[in-house]
Amino acid sequence: MSQLTPVLSAHWDEKDSFTIEGYKRHGGYNAAAKALAMDPDAVIQMVKDSGLRGRGGAGFPTGMKWGFIPQGDNKDHYLVVNADESEPGTCKDMPLLMANPHVLVEGVIIAAYAIRAKHAFIYIRGEVTHVVRRVNQAITDAYKAGYLGKNIFGTGNDLELVLHIGAGAYICGEETALLDSLEGFRGQPRLRPPFPAIAGLYARPTVVNNVESIASVPAIIANGAEWYQSMGTEKSKGATLYSLSGHVNNPGQFEAPLGITLRQILELAGGVRNGHKLKFWTPGGSSTPLFTDEHLDVPLDYEGVSAAGSMLGTKALQIFDETTCVVRAVLRWTEFYKHESCGKCTPCREGTWWLVQILRDLENGKGTEADLQKLLDLCDNIMGRSFCALGDGATSPITSSIKYFRDEYISHLTNGGCPFDAAKSTLFEEVLR
Amino acid sequence: MTTTNQNLNIDVMNSIVARYPRKRSAIMPLLHYVQAISGYVTNDGIEKISEILEIETAEVSAVATFYTQYKRKPVGEYHIGVCTNTLCAIMGGDVIMEALKDHLGIENDGVTADGKVSLEHIECNAACDYAPVVMANWEFYDNQSVSSAKDLVDGARAGNPPAPTRGPSKLVTFKEASLVLAGLDDGLANEGTQAGEPTLLGLKLSKEGK
Repeated sequence: MSQLTPVLSAHWDEKDSFTIEGYKRHGGYNAAAKALAMDPDAVIQMVKDSGLRGRGGAGFPTGMKWGFIPQGDNKDHYLVVNADESEPGTCKDMPLLMANPHVLVEGVIIAAYAIRAKHAFIYIRGEVTHVVRRVNQAITDAYKAGYLGKNIFGTGNDLELVLHIGAGAYICGEETALLDSLEGFRGQPRLRPPFPAIAGLYARPTVVNNVESIASVPAIIANGAEWYQSMGTEKSKGATLYSLSGHVNNPGQFEAPLGITLRQILELAGGVRNGHKLKFWTPGGSSTPLFTDEHLDVPLDYEGVSAAGSMLGTKALQIFDETTCVVRAVLRWTEFYKHESCGKCTPCREGTWWLVQILRDLENGKGTEADLQKLLDLCDNIMGRSFCALGDGATSPITSSIKYFRDEYISHLTNGGCPFDAAKSTLFEEVLR
Repeated sequence: MTTTNQNLNIDVMNSIVARYPRKRSAIMPLLHYVQAISGYVTNDGIEKISEILEIETAEVSAVATFYTQYKRKPVGEYHIGVCTNTLCAIMGGDVIMEALKDHLGIENDGVTADGKVSLEHIECNAACDYAPVVMANWEFYDNQSVSSAKDLVDGARAGNPPAPTRGPSKLVTFKEASLVLAGLDDGLANEGTQAGEPTLLGLKLSKEGK
């Protein structure tokens, strides 16, 4: 039996998988019709029972999040889907939406009904023109079919769904920054509490969920909570998309039960590229502390990764082989955080700037061993002291790389610069003229 | 800066505003729309948005300068982004970026003299399983090399760029792409593949029982 469990990806290999016809061929929108005939609270309960947890990184139980929305408060409620996928290494939501945007639209219909929202938004990053076309067409076709708009599915319920397209800001993946951005402001995170469930979009009760979380809902409604529970581990239920990239023979998307290991996925992918060996990897994007070849058998579920000192995050498995300079890799991620820091809070805005200066010197062999301690001190003053998780995330690659590869930092000092040949890491033979 | 707002279609702008429960939310698609008409965010465009949304021009500028996709000066007809975030950089993105700068004779954020091509180093574009990745007008060019990236920019300068790997059968211009990002339909959604090979790898292996 296959170790893989394609649910979201089950029909991606059909040429018209992104069309409404292609989606309906496999029972598409039947789950929404089924949910709309249920009591909304029963829908929330079913999602709670399934054990589905947020697939955007934090892993918060999805049904519980829905349950936080106050009912009978005579206020507008909003559902916002976070499709701002920008965490370095993360590449699951965009291919999902390119291949099957309708599963997200159907999930939105079900989730909005459950939380009694009449207005939903999909906030998609702006740098993906063709994905935007596909999602926009799916929404248009769902309106035409009577699945969105007034009196959806003839049930008397109304739902408006708006596609909101971002413009290149990683910070808008942070849910409160996303809400500020959607309200028409610079995307900067908000102080919590109040949490979005109480005061979110336009200060109204709001659920913000990741694409994959919402897209997982139709199958749960169709097949039942027990079916979903039957996959995964004790506290991490279901299947999920693992995205393998980097120095491997066959990168790609692997939909598997939570708890599969990198060793298993690498075997499926034909291993690390030929003639090379694994050096370090991220379990869930650049904001999750690095792992090494010691961690090949860590169960990739929320608890397993956390117990091993990192985070499951977005399940973005970025693989780097022994040709890769870890200082160069970490410097580049740090430059990213500095660039994407929104500037609202001092630890992140100033801290990431200093991290870059020190790391640049180290990579160029101009630092001193004391700089390593300075980096760790800076990280200590950013971690837990920043306004949002961007600052925390910026420290992950630094502290974890110093933990596992301190000697490599030192070798930059003794060598008077980077001891690696960057050309050996590239996937092609071409070099600069 | 000599620009005119005469080409901004107020009906289209009002239709964008009408999507939202509160009109200020329309600021981002309106900025994309201004880029679709003018190629960048013009001062006139900012003024028009401030009039429509009944907010200060400074508030519109504050938003326009926060997000990197909004350009305050013209970019090329084909805006090329080379991913130089860690994974793509290491797999070859850094080499591609240097090669394109050299080949085009421009720096990061530069535009060729003929106005055809601009170049920008970009952050992770959610296609890491296709690294190294290059974007042109935010369409995917997967698994790039120095030679394929040069072919892309040479084609763009000659007005005949190769088609995106996962995108429409013909690369649209920066202005045309901006119209899509303003949320308007250009009728090209059905063109191109539904998924590339890496996207389908897990599904294929599961069908083989692996």
